[in-house]
Amino acid sequence: MSSLRRRLFLILLAATGAIWLCAVGWIYSSSRSELERVLDARLQEAARMVHSLVADGNIATAARAPAFSETGYERQLSCQIWSLGGQLVARSSGAPEEALAGPAEGFSQREVNGEDWRVYTILDSDKGVRVMVGDRVGLRDRLVWDLMAGLLGPVVLIVPLLGLLIWVSLGRGLRPLEAVAREIAARDGEDMSPVSPADAPAEVRPLLEALNGLFGKVEAARLHEREVTAFAAHELRTPLAGLKTQAQIALSAGEGATREGALRQILVSVDRAARLVRQLLALAKLEANPPQSAGDSVDAGALLREIVQQAPTPSGVDVSVDGALDGLALRGGREALHLVLRNLHENAVEHMGGAGHIAWRRTERGVCVEDEGPGIPPEDLPLVMERFYRGRHRSSSGSGLGLTIACLAAERAGARLSLENRTDRAGLRAEVIWT
Amino acid sequence: MRILVVEDDPVLMDGLKVGLGLSGATVDEVSTCADARAALAATRFDAVVLDLMLPDGSGLDILTAMRAREDATPVLLLTALDDTGDRVRGLDAGADDYLGKPFDLDELAARVRAIARRGQGRAGPTLKAGALELDPATFAARLDGQPVALSRREFAVLAALMERPGVIRSKNEIEERLYGWQEEVESNTVEVHIHNLRAKVGRSLIETVRGLGYRLRGEP
Repeated sequence: MSSLRRRLFLILLAATGAIWLCAVGWIYSSSRSELERVLDARLQEAARMVHSLVADGNIATAARAPAFSETGYERQLSCQIWSLGGQLVARSSGAPEEALAGPAEGFSQREVNGEDWRVYTILDSDKGVRVMVGDRVGLRDRLVWDLMAGLLGPVVLIVPLLGLLIWVSLGRGLRPLEAVAREIAARDGEDMSPVSPADAPAEVRPLLEALNGLFGKVEAARLHEREVTAFAAHELRTPLAGLKTQAQIALSAGEGATREGALRQILVSVDRAARLVRQLLALAKLEANPPQSAGDSVDAGALLREIVQQAPTPSGVDVSVDGALDGLALRGGREALHLVLRNLHENAVEHMGGAGHIAWRRTERGVCVEDEGPGIPPEDLPLVMERFYRGRHRSSSGSGLGLTIACLAAERAGARLSLENRTDRAGLRAEVIWT
Repeated sequence: MRILVVEDDPVLMDGLKVGLGLSGATVDEVSTCADARAALAATRFDAVVLDLMLPDGSGLDILTAMRAREDATPVLLLTALDDTGDRVRGLDAGADDYLGKPFDLDELAARVRAIARRGQGRAGPTLKAGALELDPATFAARLDGQPVALSRREFAVLAALMERPGVIRSKNEIEERLYGWQEEVESNTVEVHIHNLRAKVGRSLIETVRGLGYRLRGEP
């Protein structure tokens, strides 16, 4: 698993290391060139000093002092005085016998006895001498390296400390993230309340807001599912409860009238249950089958007359089918169209609630049916096509599936269902629209 | 025992009315929240059987409103959703009992009797006054251990008096217990029942308080 903390730690450590290395390189090169300059100036000065001594005639030959061990920085400088004829007139202790430089005046560098020397030469034709003062290049390098070592030593100590500091700081810096993770992890499956983004850092907030958005969607979906389940349970179990109660009454009632009444209620209930089962099967079939792209077309008038004839019409209710519907060819396949029109018709009949007129008409875009029932309260309109939803003006025998089926079947037939309350009087106008 | 049943399914409603009637209760039926509110405001019931899912709202709202105005009428919830969470919600809203659909009619009747009993502040299943004992579950009445034959209405009148011994119950109150809204009340029925009861359980037990009503005489 990739850890954000480890990743940040490595990046920070690498970046810090790179900066350190650059700094070291820069210090190395700058101190080296500075050192060269200083040491060269010293060489020059020393050479002049020796030359001035020779020029004054104070020193003829150098005293031969015993050689010191060459550890440390003692005896950095070596001096030779040569006659112009090539005789070594004098040399400092520790200086090689071989000439440190060529005959030319000024700075030069050469290898003598396997060591590199940096030499400044003064040529004095008047005195006939050549003064050479030299530095071991190796010694100069050591000087630079010792300087660098002095700088790098603490770094070796500091790097682990720095690493520890970065690691701990990252831990502290990432704590809000851990707090959010803990809060979410501690929830049970029911808790879909938003995570509070108030005290979260700005970097975490987009993640939290996205999470909260997701929580909201999941919660809405779950609520919807719960509602559908509740409606379904109510619509399926209530008839069963009625059946069972009536059956128990029929069993326990001795009197003829009570028993007969209960048995009659059982018949009503079984008819309703049968219709519910038919609707559930229709719904399952609609959901399982893909939409038929090209169904055969059906004559609207003939189909409607067939449906009206088959469906029981309560007394006092009369149904009219507009003559303009005859010959109107509806697309979408006979089965789907039958489901749409039949369920709309049954819905209209169920909600009449007494005498009245149900009218099937032809419209510009399809067909519509108008009833004289109570209509649908505006707040229920978006919900009535949900499974098992029965609005405020529910009929006593409905199941809450009729309009769901009509809506789905209309989609299968390549149309859509539009429901609106009538404006001229109370009632519902349901239109099937082909676009 | 007078019971309000709030249920919108006509077949189940009919079943509850007839079924609870068979077990001696007088049942009033309503099918919407609005009607239930009106009924509860107008009449005192011994128990309410309340369906949760009604056309114009949730039965829970009625229950919450009842408890908010400190109406302590016992309530039994009927619902299709009977998972634990729903039961807990219903009971916490102030319901006294809970039954999931479909249910057993006898169990429903027994539970209604139980919550009504609790509502009257009794724990025991029978009503006792002196030597007289009534069992509402079986309509059995015993005087000194000997069974007494009572009609259903007589039993209801006697039960109404025995629920609160010593308290005067008006003729109206007793009539309310005997008849639902749709039933025709004959003007002198209560007097007739009281007369018959006195003949069966003894003249001294039921006292007439002139102008106010009747009461059960306390311990002799």
